[in-house]
Amino acid sequence: MRALDIEGLDVDLGGRPVLRDIRLHLDRGELVGLLGPNGAGKTTLLRAILSLARTRGGTVTVEGKPSRPGRSDIGYVPQRHEFTWDFPISVEQAVMSGRTGRIGLLRRPGVTDWRAVGDALDRVQLTGLRRRPVGELSGGQRQRILVARALALGPRILLLDEPFTGLDMPTQELLGDLFTSLAREDRAVLMTTHDLVAAVDSCTRLVLLNGRIIADGQPADLQDAELWTTTFGVSVTSPLLKLVRAT
Amino acid sequence: MSITEFLTDLLNPDLAFLPKALAIAVMSSIVCGVVGCYVVLRGMAFIGDAVAHAVFPGIAVAFVLQGSLVLGGAVAGVATALLIAIFSQNRRVKEDSIIGVFLVGAFALGIVIISQAPGYAGSLQQFLFGSITGIPDRDLYVVGGAGLVILGLVLALHKEFVAVCLDREMSRAMGLSVFWLDIVLYVLVTLAVVISLQTIGNILVLALLITPAAAARLLTDRLGVMMLLAPLIGGVSATVGLYLSWSYDTPVGGTIVLVATAVFLAAWLFAPRHGLLTRRWRRPGGQELGDDAHPSSRPALSPAK
Repeated sequence: MRALDIEGLDVDLGGRPVLRDIRLHLDRGELVGLLGPNGAGKTTLLRAILSLARTRGGTVTVEGKPSRPGRSDIGYVPQRHEFTWDFPISVEQAVMSGRTGRIGLLRRPGVTDWRAVGDALDRVQLTGLRRRPVGELSGGQRQRILVARALALGPRILLLDEPFTGLDMPTQELLGDLFTSLAREDRAVLMTTHDLVAAVDSCTRLVLLNGRIIADGQPADLQDAELWTTTFGVSVTSPLLKLVRAT
Repeated sequence: MSITEFLTDLLNPDLAFLPKALAIAVMSSIVCGVVGCYVVLRGMAFIGDAVAHAVFPGIAVAFVLQGSLVLGGAVAGVATALLIAIFSQNRRVKEDSIIGVFLVGAFALGIVIISQAPGYAGSLQQFLFGSITGIPDRDLYVVGGAGLVILGLVLALHKEFVAVCLDREMSRAMGLSVFWLDIVLYVLVTLAVVISLQTIGNILVLALLITPAAAARLLTDRLGVMMLLAPLIGGVSATVGLYLSWSYDTPVGGTIVLVATAVFLAAWLFAPRHGLLTRRWRRPGGQELGDDAHPSSRPALSPAK
């Protein structure tokens, strides 16, 4: 059984077609980079996988079942600016907030919940900062809080939206290693990014998206310059091609 | 007037309205303090302002029909909160413009309605600026009951409210109904406003919602502490405000709000970690200010509350 199975997905936003005929499969153990220019529909695709975006047609199947918010085995890491960082809350409480839906109405976090939060914090190496207010943390640490919040649900699939944006190279490298090892621990990881170097370097597979899927393969197989120029709408002389070593 | 005289007046059966006013003012500022924490943290002060004004037509209708002012205000406020929540789903006009439209529209409707009642000028002033006299006994129970219901709902939905405040997108992904949680929060804000109208008045009620919570935020980085500090600041401001208002014959709503504002300013200057002056004293260059050479500046170092 595939971790994630998308067939013939069409999504419109405000009456305009954003995604057409998306076909994408993910297996556990894969770290897949979703690449494309601004407006290509990367975030929309993630939202459609979470069934937060209304689809026009097609199916999204997670671990053999149709995707449903709060029911499917997906951990979501939205872009960092979605989170209210000036909120007076500690790191561990922020991670616990990821389990709100699972704990359920009128119930308080129990032993299982705190254990899951503790494990998630260990996994991203933030245990030492667990009592710190979230507002006092750096960009890289904040990104790791969001990853821990997603991991607190123990998901089989992890969706990451632009995890590298605004972070320096050492921090990116650290996070890239984290995502690689999360995938190796029998998770399917799908990540959108504008950081082509990091993606080519750490992803097991790349998907080039611009409204539709233009290419889907291992980084070594995507060296045809035309795929990149079509996806990003750049000329054949663009430095982008040098970045991804396409000819 | 000394504190003892104030206590004597509170126990004087001829002045029975005074303890009633105190009870209502304290109860409503506690409720407003708790609910206000969400309002401040979500940056939805404008919504608080809108429902505060929107309860006015309801109160006007209740006044004309001789019904319960609290009930009339609640109905109008909740209706407006729902209208704002529904209209702001259309993203072409931003939420703050929608709020602006309904805020002024509702208030205008209230003015037109109340102008139909004979001798409205006096009652208008009472609505707008609050009053400690003429509170029916029934309102004590209404305010107490409504306050308990509001605090109960806050306790029950706190975890969900926090999740939505933190990250709406993630909350949707977790399967939380963000739209309905928003509506419940708006309704709670409305009810907190309505039960506070009697003593504080329509114009100033926003202060009870925002000021104690904002002061509490300055004093702590922990949500739990903030949600205890805010009602404490509110309750103390209401008590001190009523005492000053009674002593110096000043309008009660205005006095309570001025006390709360003073607490906020003190927190802004002297908060333990983030206060303006506290930070200056901590800096090596500014150290002499905090030295024992200036004992006069010592008491100010301790935070207000």
